[in-house]
Amino acid sequence: MPKISTKNINAWFGKTRALRGISLDVPEKQVVAIIGPSGCGKSTFLRSLNRMHEVAGGTIEGKVLLDGEDAYALDPVVLRRRVGMVFQKPNPFPTMSVFDNVAAGLRLNGVRDKKRLAEVVEKSLRHAALWDEVKDSLDKSGVSLSGGQQQRLCIARTLAVNPEVILMDEPASALDPIATARIEELIHELKKEFTIVIVTHNMQQAARVSDFTAFLYLGELIEYDATTKLFTTPGNKQTEDYITGRFG
Amino acid sequence: MNIGDWLFKNLTRLFAVLVLAIVALMAWEMIRGSGASIGEFGWGFLTSSEWDPVQDLYGALPFIYGTVVSSLIALAIALPLSLGSAIFLSEIAPRWIEGPVAFMVELLAAIPSIVYGLWGMFVLVPWLRASVEPVISKNLGFIPLFRGAPYGFGMLAAGIILAIMILPIITSISRDVLRAIPGTQREAALALGATKWESTRIILASGKSGFLGATLLGLGRAVGETMAVTMVIGNRPEISLSLFDPGYSMASVIANEFAEATTEMYTSALIEIALVLFVVTLVLNAFARFIVWSVTKTSGGSR
Amino acid sequence: MTDAGRGHRWRKFKNAAMLSLAGLAVLAAVVPLFMIFFYTLSRGIGSVNLDFFTQMPKPVGESGGGMANALAGSGILVGLGCLFGLPVGVMAGIYLAEFGQNRFGMVVRFMTDVMSGIPSIVVGVVAYILVVLPMGHFSALAGGVALALLMIPTVTRTTEEMLKLVPDSYREAALALGVQQWKASVRVILPAAMKGITTGLLLAIARAAGETAPLLFTALGNRFWSTDIGQPIASLTVIIFDYAKAPFEDWNRQAWAAAFVLIGLIFVVNLLFRYFTRDKYGRA
Repeated sequence: MPKISTKNINAWFGKTRALRGISLDVPEKQVVAIIGPSGCGKSTFLRSLNRMHEVAGGTIEGKVLLDGEDAYALDPVVLRRRVGMVFQKPNPFPTMSVFDNVAAGLRLNGVRDKKRLAEVVEKSLRHAALWDEVKDSLDKSGVSLSGGQQQRLCIARTLAVNPEVILMDEPASALDPIATARIEELIHELKKEFTIVIVTHNMQQAARVSDFTAFLYLGELIEYDATTKLFTTPGNKQTEDYITGRFG
Repeated sequence: MNIGDWLFKNLTRLFAVLVLAIVALMAWEMIRGSGASIGEFGWGFLTSSEWDPVQDLYGALPFIYGTVVSSLIALAIALPLSLGSAIFLSEIAPRWIEGPVAFMVELLAAIPSIVYGLWGMFVLVPWLRASVEPVISKNLGFIPLFRGAPYGFGMLAAGIILAIMILPIITSISRDVLRAIPGTQREAALALGATKWESTRIILASGKSGFLGATLLGLGRAVGETMAVTMVIGNRPEISLSLFDPGYSMASVIANEFAEATTEMYTSALIEIALVLFVVTLVLNAFARFIVWSVTKTSGGSR
Repeated sequence: MTDAGRGHRWRKFKNAAMLSLAGLAVLAAVVPLFMIFFYTLSRGIGSVNLDFFTQMPKPVGESGGGMANALAGSGILVGLGCLFGLPVGVMAGIYLAEFGQNRFGMVVRFMTDVMSGIPSIVVGVVAYILVVLPMGHFSALAGGVALALLMIPTVTRTTEEMLKLVPDSYREAALALGVQQWKASVRVILPAAMKGITTGLLLAIARAAGETAPLLFTALGNRFWSTDIGQPIASLTVIIFDYAKAPFEDWNRQAWAAAFVLIGLIFVVNLLFRYFTRDKYGRA
């Protein structure tokens, strides 16, 4: 059974239609990349998976299944714990320390036990490949870190609540090449335990990190296939034009 | 630069300088005007509670006390209401509610002090005297703050009126502060599985210093507010622990007695009170503006 | 979900409770507005008639009469305030918008913000020292100076903000035609911002018309008709104060009537301001 499966999703911003009938299965513990020119609805699609699309004032129609069950029947608060999200620009909470940032999600869920918090924070930071860099400055402000570190901090923050799926919305677009490479390595590691959906405008990145790739254009799913297949022998003319750089 | 541009720039600059000069002039004139009183009473002016125009003896303590206490009551009431309103307007309300409600809160700031005073005298005070104060003193009378006869006119009435009057400024600045916090903060919290309130609480932590600025601006208003307070505080220069008792405030004593001040020392003492008010509000405002500026301008976030 | 049990329900409850509290706070905040509107309307409107605008106050004991002198007085005081205050405020505002992107501009901006927080009663004391003392008696002139001092900060900042709302492309278009900067400002930018500035000025004027404290010992008040700016003069607000304190029901009623007129004026001006600023620049 796919981890996440969307059935004919349509999404709107007011009267503007952002997604047109998207049906797509995300297999468990795999990385699915969503590519396409800007404005094609990649981010909207991602945000419809954890109901963040509605936070921005959009509306949505269709079905999202998580483990075969209707995700929209869940309380958004519960859904978002199971489906975590990393944003385009690193957004650590500026008033919190590194430690508190990672612990934020747990504390929201009522975890007060100091030992348990410390354990989870360390585990999550190690997981996000940030531990060695920040272990001596856990009480420094989260925003004092470099951009790449901040993004890994945000990943650690997401990991700490132990989600099943992680959504990443162009997680490296605000970072330099070295920091980007580290995030990509990290994605490789994370897919051992998590299902990942990543939006990227960078096709090389999609080819490097993902197992499956979906190409969206003007709100429609043009092609969805194994990454190697899609990038070598695309089945669709538009996909081919896009990945060979003829438009977008 | 051609002559027209030179003239334009320097002419307008002259007026900008004039604005600064006016503030300086205000300070200078009041220092001069209160010279006699400062020379005669020194610091004792601020700590003596003797206010006796007949013997030409002046101490401002009862007025300072009244101003401080009524302002603190106002803050205690207005702060939670303003923060709640700001949160409602910026975080919860949909656009079509936010606009009109925000306008109503702004209108509250546009109502003249004298109208607040009129309403206070004829509506608020009788209500406090007949319905509120007797009930409070019956049930909480063991606390000295709520002891004594229900006059209606007094500290409590002044505090309530002031609360209504400073609510708009604290609300609108807090709203600006909340707006300046980037939307990504809210999203980060929600994506972690926070409820709306939990995400708002995290946002509030980021706005802390801004709210302090808003509070200080509100306090500055309360301290200097004159007519409404004068009309409901009771105008009796006594220091009494009970909030039901009449008091007096710095602004009120100037309003009531300045035109009738007979001796030079009397006038000078009143000017000194004005000078104290000037310095206090100047410091409060400068500090608060500084905080608010740095919070709402540098972060420059958008929603 | 196992942990979606009690903890989760508690969180949802807390969420609903706190959000409702915020809603209640707003409600509590706007209730006084409606109460004040309601009372000034219900108690004031009955006494607002032609006499109110055209008759002089009657001596104590006689009922009826109006506030013609106070209305005229308020008009004169506000007019004097505009005469002294507007040029300073508008010019300083132009400076801030055109040349204010430097340290000096920051200082002026900061001081106008701070100045707007100085209590009006203190400004009254200053006007007393500056005008009443040298003249030796209370006068409309002194009241006008006090109002001018109070208007300057608001006028300065409104002018600046309205000018800054004019798109840069206007200026660039003018400069590209080879026009001098001052001409571009005066002929292009200023007219483009005129509507916003005018309504902003109206707002400042309405606020000045509602001031009482700084007039108490500058313009003082006058039971009789006077238009002499060298003499004490009546004003709507000071008369409300006097009439409210007086033990005569008729006077109290007239105080409410005056308050009603004042609030009506301010309400209209605020609506106008909101309408024009939104209409033109697409923001509230």
